[in-house]
Amino acid sequence: MTSTMAENAAASVRTDSLLSIREVVKRFGSRPVLRNISLEVASGEFLTILGESGSGKTTLLRLIAGFEQLDGGEIWIGRDRLDQIPPHRRPVNTVFQSYALFPHLSVFDNIAYGLRAKNIAKAEIPNRVAQALAMVKMSEFSKSPPARLSGGQQQRIALARALVNRPGVLLLDEPLSALDANLRRQMQTELKALQREVGITFIFVTHDQEEAMALSDRIALLRSGFLEQVAEPRQIYGQPASAYVAQFIGQTNLLRADVKDQVARAGPLIWRTAEISRQVVFSLRPECIWLVARGAMPRAADDSTARFRARILNQTFGGAMDTLELDCGTRQTVRARIASPGPLSGEHEFEFRAGDAIAVREESSA
Amino acid sequence: MYTRAYKSAVTVPPLLWVTAFLLVPYALLFCYSFWSVSAQQTIIHNWSLQNYVQLIRNPTYLSVLCRSLRIAAAVTLLALLLGYPLAYFLSFHAAGRKDLLYQLVIIPLWASYLVRGYAWKTILGSDGVLNGLLQYLHITRHPVEFFLYSPFAVVLTLTHIYTPFTFLPIYASLEHIPRNLVEASHDLGASPWSTFRRVILPLSLPGVLAGVTFAFVLTLGDFLAPLLVGGASGIMISNIVVSLFGAAYNWPLGAAISLCMLLLVMGFLFATERLERKLTLS
Repeated sequence: MTSTMAENAAASVRTDSLLSIREVVKRFGSRPVLRNISLEVASGEFLTILGESGSGKTTLLRLIAGFEQLDGGEIWIGRDRLDQIPPHRRPVNTVFQSYALFPHLSVFDNIAYGLRAKNIAKAEIPNRVAQALAMVKMSEFSKSPPARLSGGQQQRIALARALVNRPGVLLLDEPLSALDANLRRQMQTELKALQREVGITFIFVTHDQEEAMALSDRIALLRSGFLEQVAEPRQIYGQPASAYVAQFIGQTNLLRADVKDQVARAGPLIWRTAEISRQVVFSLRPECIWLVARGAMPRAADDSTARFRARILNQTFGGAMDTLELDCGTRQTVRARIASPGPLSGEHEFEFRAGDAIAVREESSA
Repeated sequence: MYTRAYKSAVTVPPLLWVTAFLLVPYALLFCYSFWSVSAQQTIIHNWSLQNYVQLIRNPTYLSVLCRSLRIAAAVTLLALLLGYPLAYFLSFHAAGRKDLLYQLVIIPLWASYLVRGYAWKTILGSDGVLNGLLQYLHITRHPVEFFLYSPFAVVLTLTHIYTPFTFLPIYASLEHIPRNLVEASHDLGASPWSTFRRVILPLSLPGVLAGVTFAFVLTLGDFLAPLLVGGASGIMISNIVVSLFGAAYNWPLGAAISLCMLLLVMGFLFATERLERKLTLS
């Protein structure tokens, strides 16, 4: 537990930091929305701010863009105090959730808008716009009014309109949430490729944890105004800092265990642990549990695996993987995801590796 | 599908209304404008263009028409200069006081036109509130006569009366501008002024056009304000029409003027509609 917190701290302080969010506080009226947020974003990084609606993720983005004023703390970009610069002079650009394309301007004029506002040489503008359109594969739509474009196409134009300004940081506010599932996956791939290509720092806001894991270099998980954990996707999934994180990112079993002499007990589940507290909550991912063939010997002779008997309450067919709901007795149910074994019933033996049960903080830092 | 009875129940009454109160009167107006009046004050049903010739020959009509156009233009401009900033402030900066201020703008519309006209008469007259104030402050020693019974008084009164009509469509169009467009403009580096010029103003132009149309057309056809506060020098074209249909008993000439005005206004409406379509399509 302490080790994951130390890693968190290490992950949020980077030496190659471009954007620095320091002890940021924001209230709407008397309601606190962000409470003491500190976060470092590296140059060229794809950082996702993940959270439920109301967690403050969009507010954090709007503070960086300058659409909201801080109630406390500082935001720095390089050596400049970002929060004291009016929004139109900040070296950041935003891709809005609803695209916010100017309906009275053509696609070309939409993309050229920022260049003209910054007094870029007139002769240079057509080239830059053409490059941006080519980048999002929309070259043939230069003269169209935005209203004639589909949602996905409008999204590309919104991206081009922001990227053409070569911002220090690109802010994306749930840009894919209005698209249908297939287009959304396609745009995710393109967005990631685009980010690698341009090398610009992306700060991406979403409530979709799969999207966050697929796209990000790091994920910052917000929960009601607090940063719950900041880590790389694999780490945040494999080493969730808290029960909340474990449940929010993917599915998990939370096992409330009594620990004594380096042995954890949660009902009939018994495994070896290095934890020393007496009461610990462990997260055990459903896919970390496997079915033991009848009469098979334990995989390892040592105590690195734990075995338990359980009755199958429910089996949900899911194609490649089935989800089993297991009754281990004494009110302990566990969910397991295993490669489809065919119909199962009655009692079976299951195993998991002791190391896959991860100790998590039960309460959030709130 | 709708039944035949339902369809006719819905369409026939409005059609009858339009026929009885619009098409028939306009047809009559059209006919009258080509007839004439005898010395015995009866209508002679002989078709001729003499009314129209008279309109062009007699410089009085043309000069009053020009004055009416000037007054209409002045009122429109003033209503726009007052209405637009007010609508802009309410829509973008009034925050919590928005509804209250909106009601304050609308409330004068509930007062009768006549009441507002008489109010200005009371304010501008030689014993009026304005002169009283000026003398009290020792700015003038004698009542200033030219406040009342002048084109100035007409413009002032009509501006007061028609500014809400200009304000309302502009306010509606400003309220319809998605706020994230304004944020997007700032985000892309445009200053507040540049954002106004390149995003807010273009997107509010349909409202401006509607407001301009209201103020201009309503002022051009107005005859009460000139009657109340205009005096001899503030007479407008509608006053002439009124007197031709009344005391002067020259319906044919009145009809001819009315028809010309009608064409003028329709031309204006046509032009603004074309302009609006062009704006919204581009």
